[in-house]
Amino acid sequence: MAQGSKRKSPEQWGSRIGVILAVAGSAVGLGNFLRFPGQAAQNGGGAFLIPYFISLLLLGIPLCWAEWTMGRYGGSKGFNSAPGIFSAIWRNGLAKYAGALGVMIPLVIYMYYVVIEAWCLGYAYNYLTGALQMGAQPEAYSNFFNQFVGVESNGFLYTGGHSQVLGFIVFTFLLNFILVYRGVSKGIEAFCKWAIPVMAISAVCVLTRVLTLGTPDPSRPEQSVLGGLGFMWNPDFEALKDPKTWLAAAGQVFFTLSVGFGVIINYASYLNRKDDVALSGLTASSMNEFFEVCLGGMITLPAAFIFLGATAGSFGTFSLGFNALPNVFALMPGGQFFGFLWFFMLFLAAVTSSLSMLQPAIAFLEEGFELKRHASVAVLGLITAIGAGFVVFFSEGLVALDMFDFWVGTLLIFVLGMVQVFLYGWVFGIERGEVELHQGAHIRVPRLVQYILKYVSPLFLGAIFIAFCINNVPNYIETISRNPVALLSIFFLLLILGFVGLLAHIAHKRWVQEGRFQDMAIPGKHSAEKVLP
Amino acid sequence: MTGAGWFIMVVSISSVMGLLAFSLFKILNLPAIEAEENIQSQPFIDTHDTVDAD
Repeated sequence: MAQGSKRKSPEQWGSRIGVILAVAGSAVGLGNFLRFPGQAAQNGGGAFLIPYFISLLLLGIPLCWAEWTMGRYGGSKGFNSAPGIFSAIWRNGLAKYAGALGVMIPLVIYMYYVVIEAWCLGYAYNYLTGALQMGAQPEAYSNFFNQFVGVESNGFLYTGGHSQVLGFIVFTFLLNFILVYRGVSKGIEAFCKWAIPVMAISAVCVLTRVLTLGTPDPSRPEQSVLGGLGFMWNPDFEALKDPKTWLAAAGQVFFTLSVGFGVIINYASYLNRKDDVALSGLTASSMNEFFEVCLGGMITLPAAFIFLGATAGSFGTFSLGFNALPNVFALMPGGQFFGFLWFFMLFLAAVTSSLSMLQPAIAFLEEGFELKRHASVAVLGLITAIGAGFVVFFSEGLVALDMFDFWVGTLLIFVLGMVQVFLYGWVFGIERGEVELHQGAHIRVPRLVQYILKYVSPLFLGAIFIAFCINNVPNYIETISRNPVALLSIFFLLLILGFVGLLAHIAHKRWVQEGRFQDMAIPGKHSAEKVLP
Repeated sequence: MTGAGWFIMVVSISSVMGLLAFSLFKILNLPAIEAEENIQSQPFIDTHDTVDAD
């Protein structure tokens, strides 16, 4: 019988700050600047921050710690992909299939996220050239967006004269794959080390501009900087009586920290057993919150309110970003420059996120099938190009993008999050979890967090998931029944799910044959030695 | 901007920045020896990302 073997990945982070910036970069994205402000405005303004911070403490940060811990543990066993890590933690036949979600989710999200990323770059470019300075004409910006992304009809972007965005998509695609090909240290970490600070500086510049706007239209004195801040932060405590507010807050925290994406567990697997995850996880989370609360919360909605009034609160994420804000920059002094800066910052935020979505699949292909980097990047490039091409072609009403975002980028993330909290709290065990979390830790995480992870987080997350399904799934089921593109999108997603599940099955068989699990202790039977003073 | 709005804004932003400052302070003040032990042991890490790519 073959001896157990532990394959050690050559990939490792080059520095502590590097992994923190990479995880922060993965988390910081369009949602920090566009989704959070909109959610707050629609759910009680400043009152929204109460359930938001409660969710952060009971769900977000604890789940982050759990994912960092399990990821590093899996890495110590020679696994960097979710199927392998889950199999190392949970000696059950279902583990590899649950882990397949950790490959599929970031893979599918990448397929449409790279398209949105290209929109940001395209908008930044068009601000640079002045093409997006069309004066105070709201319809002009709406038409620009519709033409730019192909909302009018399917295949629109492949017709003559409307394919500018395709060039940006190709560029962003290549940028992502060049960086991920260079690897964890030389690619992802190196990029994040400069991209995050540049993002912060750009955001602070735009923030400074917004906070110094005063009252641009004297005939509307209420549309001032203070009025804009009030629109975002004045609390409507009545909203706290509505369960939807709590649902929205918890959902926002969950998504903003990139928990359940399959990314943190992959990134953490490249750490050594003695590398800290407690302080690193807390730092990455707090960085994300800085971009969300301190920057996103101070820029987007106040700026929109100052120029557009109370209608600013009615926009969804895309409308706010690509329709409302161009109107704002058109009216803002120095708007061309700040518009460029804003969309370039969003582009960087999107790239640091999309990079993180490719690495889990790369890791899986490399360790599951011993593909070298060239081959795994080529295979992944082909799969994601097909997916992105699907999204780009079926652009009418952005139906394909919306379907991918809902079923995978929203629903399945909840599922993976619940799987992870179950694994940590009930399979890995909080006794062992506490020991593992504090291996090399530079801060002490209160014992209470373990009980939160075992008893509170699962209930909290389960309640959110059920409420979310009740509120949203029926509408999407109806959409599938009447829209052929929606139905085709579902088939496409099921195809990918089946394909990744099959790969996970094959990879697991290879690991078993290689004896990769033979020297692993059964979780729960390992004595939890004390490592803290 | 109401008083409650100011309060929530200031407390929220202060809390987040305080948490971030605490985290970064802890990281930047890690003892040198521990810092080296907790990153890779070599001063330059060749991750062989592309060397054996073929």
